Amino acid sequence: MCGIAGVLERKSGVVDRWMLQRMVSALSHRGPDGQGIHIDREIGLGHTRLSIIDLAGGKQPMSNPEGTIWIAFNGEIFNYIELRAGLVNRGWCFTTKSDTEVILRLYEERGEDCVHELNGQWAFAIWDTRQNKLFLSRDRMGVRPLFYAITADRLMFASEIKALFAGSTDLDRRIDLEALDQIFTFWVTLPPRTAFKGISQLPPGHSMIVHEGVTRIVKYWQPSYEPEGTEDSPSVVKILTEELLSLLQDATRIRLRSDVPVGAYLSGGIDSSLITALIQRAHKGALRTFSVAFDDAEFDESSYQQQASAFLNTDHKQIRCSYQDIGEVFPEVVWHAEQPILRTAPAPLFRLSSLVHESGFKVVLTGEGADEILGGYDIFMEAKIRRFWAANPNSRRRPLLLKKLYPYMQNLQTQSGEYLRSFFHVTESNQQSPFFSHLPRWQLTSMLKVFFSQDVRSQLASHDVYRDVQAALPPEYAGWPHFCQAEYLETAYLLPGYILSSQGDRMAMAHSIEGRYPFLDHRIVKFAGQLSPSLKMKVLNQKFLLKHAAEGLIPPEIVRRPKQPYRAPDGKSFFQPNALPYVEELLSLDKIIGAGIFDPSAVSALVKKFKAGRAIGVKDNMALVGILSTQLLTESFVDRFHPGARISWSNSATNCAISS
Amino acid sequence: MEQLSNELRNFIVENFLFGQSSDFSDNDSFLKTRIIDSTGVVELISWVEESYGIRVEDDEIVPDNLDSINKLSRFIERKTCVSR
Repeated sequence: MCGIAGVLERKSGVVDRWMLQRMVSALSHRGPDGQGIHIDREIGLGHTRLSIIDLAGGKQPMSNPEGTIWIAFNGEIFNYIELRAGLVNRGWCFTTKSDTEVILRLYEERGEDCVHELNGQWAFAIWDTRQNKLFLSRDRMGVRPLFYAITADRLMFASEIKALFAGSTDLDRRIDLEALDQIFTFWVTLPPRTAFKGISQLPPGHSMIVHEGVTRIVKYWQPSYEPEGTEDSPSVVKILTEELLSLLQDATRIRLRSDVPVGAYLSGGIDSSLITALIQRAHKGALRTFSVAFDDAEFDESSYQQQASAFLNTDHKQIRCSYQDIGEVFPEVVWHAEQPILRTAPAPLFRLSSLVHESGFKVVLTGEGADEILGGYDIFMEAKIRRFWAANPNSRRRPLLLKKLYPYMQNLQTQSGEYLRSFFHVTESNQQSPFFSHLPRWQLTSMLKVFFSQDVRSQLASHDVYRDVQAALPPEYAGWPHFCQAEYLETAYLLPGYILSSQGDRMAMAHSIEGRYPFLDHRIVKFAGQLSPSLKMKVLNQKFLLKHAAEGLIPPEIVRRPKQPYRAPDGKSFFQPNALPYVEELLSLDKIIGAGIFDPSAVSALVKKFKAGRAIGVKDNMALVGILSTQLLTESFVDRFHPGARISWSNSATNCAISS
Repeated sequence: MEQLSNELRNFIVENFLFGQSSDFSDNDSFLKTRIIDSTGVVELISWVEESYGIRVEDDEIVPDNLDSINKLSRFIERKTCVSR
């Protein structure tokens, strides 16, 4: 795991070494074990290394022995051993034991189609001197990031946006208002858009080819849903459970390939407990596991974590988070996330990766991805109930099922059934919407736009985020079952755009930790896409098939427990009840007017409400975190960007410093 | 009644829309228009209780009583009449 950066000088044909060096240096947190640069006329490739496989031989940028093809690669190819054996059989020679060289040889053999053979998580750049061709690729699910900027002079690319800004002062560092409009609806930008104007991301499952002055972006993979039959008899369930378990075991096995020790995250839920159990089956020696615990009992899952650790016989360590801990690290969290976020949930994960790093680990396996592909999210259940109710709108009994939703949200549970009916009310036009499942979430989130300044609102007056997402959908979408449409929206957008980035890669790599996700092995994603929705959610039983697979392998209490999604305290982390000094400053009249994005009087009314302890609703909390993170982003990337450094906020409201 | 409606409107606009919009009618449902999310209802009730010196019983917490300016003002009128 590492960071990559590069530049293709299309106009001058000459690479500025210092520019590339600045880009690589801005990524040093991703790879503290070494740096390398390769420049050849118009191309420059840079790499910063976290050595995990072939510690001695895996230096990058790397070339084939002939020196005709060069690569800078961030990630892991988990099936590299099998691929290498096949290549050797077909007569290819190797000089290292690394997975990097396997990509090189596979590219030599198959060209851009090589990606179809790879099982892994990657972002790489290949420079083919034989054809003067640049080939960039990003893994299927979007585990590893890859950003780029195209200007009149050059193409620049890097693992993080800060490297692009560090490299070139020509880039206009501005928040993209249409991106903000998307985030304040969907929680993410729709790729290739990012939070910054002029900066794009290569979408998951895509490659970019730059050849003879033409840039092509090609989709090589997407999540797909072709349920085979609807039978869910016990014998079918048994066969499919065995198949799922065997795929998961293999996905876990190859994700343990590493020349350094591997640990695991243990959240106290089914997904990470099952992965830990499967690691224990394949792993020799003691296994170290890690988790987040909260002072606030509403969010804490310690007892389940300890139960899982005892049952699975792991050596467990946790990091405890108070409100203040979250509030204090939040500026760093946003610096790494590089986009506005509406929840503080990434912050504890930032602290967790620090614990893992201090414990001497570089790699962790986690349970991420199961909720998206195997029917775990409440939004799927919510949509199912709403649709069931809409089929018989006069039924008094059907909407009572809404009570089953969100058992962990205390404020919501105190509402009467009548209230839930009103909130989840389904209209005729909702039913026809391709986004039926997501409308309650998106409409609620869109209400945060009342905080946008008049100027921003008028600039966005003609922008329609629903048109954006409609245009992004693949043509097959309309033909998929409703349940799968909801899964696609989660898997294609929220997963890479938030879960794997703001909660995943960015928080882990902030402390040089690589996350590996067995559930996101493409063989399992494909298998899940062929399952009947009733095997993912049987009536309202979430992750039905996965629970069968986990039976006997993890504590029964964990299989049976009600789902508790991972969340962290939001507003309380910043107001205790006075605002933390940096919060006070960034939400002050001057700073809000200066940034120009939000309405000063609306923000001051919100701040007042938090100080009075009256802001308890979901909407107010999302608004606060969204506004604060946008202000932090403006401060550290737009107003006072400092290459390879971040603004550190001292305890004094007016005193902040830049540190490297 | 009109004064009460105005007070309610002011509170809703100030507290849930942060002074940014008053573009809804006295009959619009707070929930369906997403002006109030379902977790925000508790906030509305505490304010009503505090401001009008009434107590909202559990079985009165239904949209028919609370979910628009008109419904809420009728409810408050009724309750304050009774308590007088």
